[in-house]
Amino acid sequence: MSSAKPVNQRAWWFVLPVLISVAFSALIPLMTIVNYSVQDILGPDQAVFVGMEWYQEILRDPDLHGALYRQLIFTTAALVIEIPLGIALALAIPERGWRASLVLVLLAMPLLIPWNVVGTIWQIFARGDIGLLGYVLTQLGIDYNYTQDPTDAWVTVLVMDVWHWTPLVALLSYAALRAIPEPFYQAARIDGASRWAVFRYIELPKMRGVLTIALLLRVMDSFMIYTEPFVLTGGGPGTATTFLSQYLTQKAVGQFDLGPAAAFSLVYFLIILLLCFVLYNFMKDPR
Amino acid sequence: MARIDLEDVGHRYTGATDAWALRPMTTTWTDGGEYALLGPSGCGKTTLLNIISGLIAPTRGKVSFDGRDVTALAPEARNIAQVFQFPVVYDTMTVFDNLAFPLRNRGWSNAQLRQRVEEVADILELRADLGRRARALSADQKQKISLGRGLVRPDVAAVLFDEPLTVIDPHLKWLLRRKLKQIHQQLKLSLLYVTHDQTEALTFADQVVVMSQGEIVQVGTPEQLFETPAHRFVGHFIGSPGMNFLACEWTGGAATIASVRVETSSTQVPPADARLAIGVRPEYLELAATPGPNRVPVRIAAIQDQGIHTMVRLEVGASSAWAKLRAGSGTPAPGSAFACLPPRRCALYAGDRRVP
Repeated sequence: MSSAKPVNQRAWWFVLPVLISVAFSALIPLMTIVNYSVQDILGPDQAVFVGMEWYQEILRDPDLHGALYRQLIFTTAALVIEIPLGIALALAIPERGWRASLVLVLLAMPLLIPWNVVGTIWQIFARGDIGLLGYVLTQLGIDYNYTQDPTDAWVTVLVMDVWHWTPLVALLSYAALRAIPEPFYQAARIDGASRWAVFRYIELPKMRGVLTIALLLRVMDSFMIYTEPFVLTGGGPGTATTFLSQYLTQKAVGQFDLGPAAAFSLVYFLIILLLCFVLYNFMKDPR
Repeated sequence: MARIDLEDVGHRYTGATDAWALRPMTTTWTDGGEYALLGPSGCGKTTLLNIISGLIAPTRGKVSFDGRDVTALAPEARNIAQVFQFPVVYDTMTVFDNLAFPLRNRGWSNAQLRQRVEEVADILELRADLGRRARALSADQKQKISLGRGLVRPDVAAVLFDEPLTVIDPHLKWLLRRKLKQIHQQLKLSLLYVTHDQTEALTFADQVVVMSQGEIVQVGTPEQLFETPAHRFVGHFIGSPGMNFLACEWTGGAATIASVRVETSSTQVPPADARLAIGVRPEYLELAATPGPNRVPVRIAAIQDQGIHTMVRLEVGASSAWAKLRAGSGTPAPGSAFACLPPRRCALYAGDRRVP
């Protein structure tokens, strides 16, 4: 770029309001957490600096290892199902007309339901005695009980997440598909391209940007999932569906171990940041 | 390469009986011809093009290539290449893979297609870029790739262009257009070139097809379109400014404007009750101070000196007209004057059509 461009430092004034609001909304709370994570708070005005001790303690905690392991499996499974399924749904949505509007509204419904209501819906839906899903499965002779059996609990939480969030991927993909100009399809027809080739060489590359957003959103959200499993299974049976955020809540609110909880919060944050960084670079256009 | 015949081909996008996007027409495009389809947006030229390439199935009529009925054939079975307004390239592929794509879809092996792709790349001067990613190229190079994907097929019957220079930089437009002409001469392909730009159409093609409201109103050489527009629309659309149409009457076996008898090149008697006008190009109007044969009284409303020309706005009875006078032919003064209508350059128009 041109090196002769005049630099006007006064432009920083335009950025100032944003910096102030970000400071109050993110930086200051974050620094509070940093502060907690290196001190042992004994009471008001009574705190001891402990350095890296909380970090060492938390990183050796087998409960954390279990939660992280479950979290990684859950997030991977959710992505592997939701992204392809969302794309497939988007390809199947009608292009225009009242059918398209109807499908879009129906598809968007799970996204409009408060998260704890989603948990409650599935909690009742999956009950063996009165829930439609649980009752039908039981009547079909399938031994299904999500409150007792860890596998059933896992499957239920996963299916609930797929039901809740696949529409987001589908809506984003649908928007990207509608933005592809008609001549691309026409040229492909003239070139004799198969349906698969059209998807592989036109639709998928044009969806790349939107899919990056969808993937990052789903990684972040699924990594922070709390409300729905909390309502549905409470993290059980045992710790079968206890994910990272629930582990954190138990530490901070349940046991009131603010130091270790703060230390873990920062580790948690860094894990998500790292994951998103890696995925973003993976999805970025290789140019 | 093929002759393309359209027999009573018409198209409606919706079911309404009166909304012809393309009115039923019968026309022939000769083998190896170079045609420009010229008309304003929405006149049906893209519809016509898409019917020929098979992207649209016409509501009625028959399309044939060299006498073979292809109306029911899909685009990929028609041996047509089409280049669109915006460059279409497969972003993730290299230039080579882009050019090879239509051949691979037809089951060619890599060994078979390599030579063919390289030949086409040579014609289009893309040889050096074959290994590059297609999306990294500029718009004019992308348009060449679009064209190349059509040319690479050995059986191409015709190449259709749908305003291919819209997104090309002005200084490259000229080069690319010349390249297209060269390719046409080299490969003897039939070319159909859609545009709304009269300069582009007139410089590109031997035969210009002017369309308006879903109809072909005239097919002719650029000279024919300029000198003898068959339709008022052609008169307006070709030329800058367009043709003047001066309302006239038919009295005593001749056209008259303000009781002055005006001789025209039309020899037939116009139908009674038709709306009559005399069409004359601004370039052929001259001004005089005194009355005489074929001189019509006018009022000079405005004068614009444009350097090489002087544009004079005239009021002729209820009509108004432009006269484009060469510089040095004397600056007229505002007020009353007489417009000289050269008989061989004037024609009588009844309704919208020229009276032969």
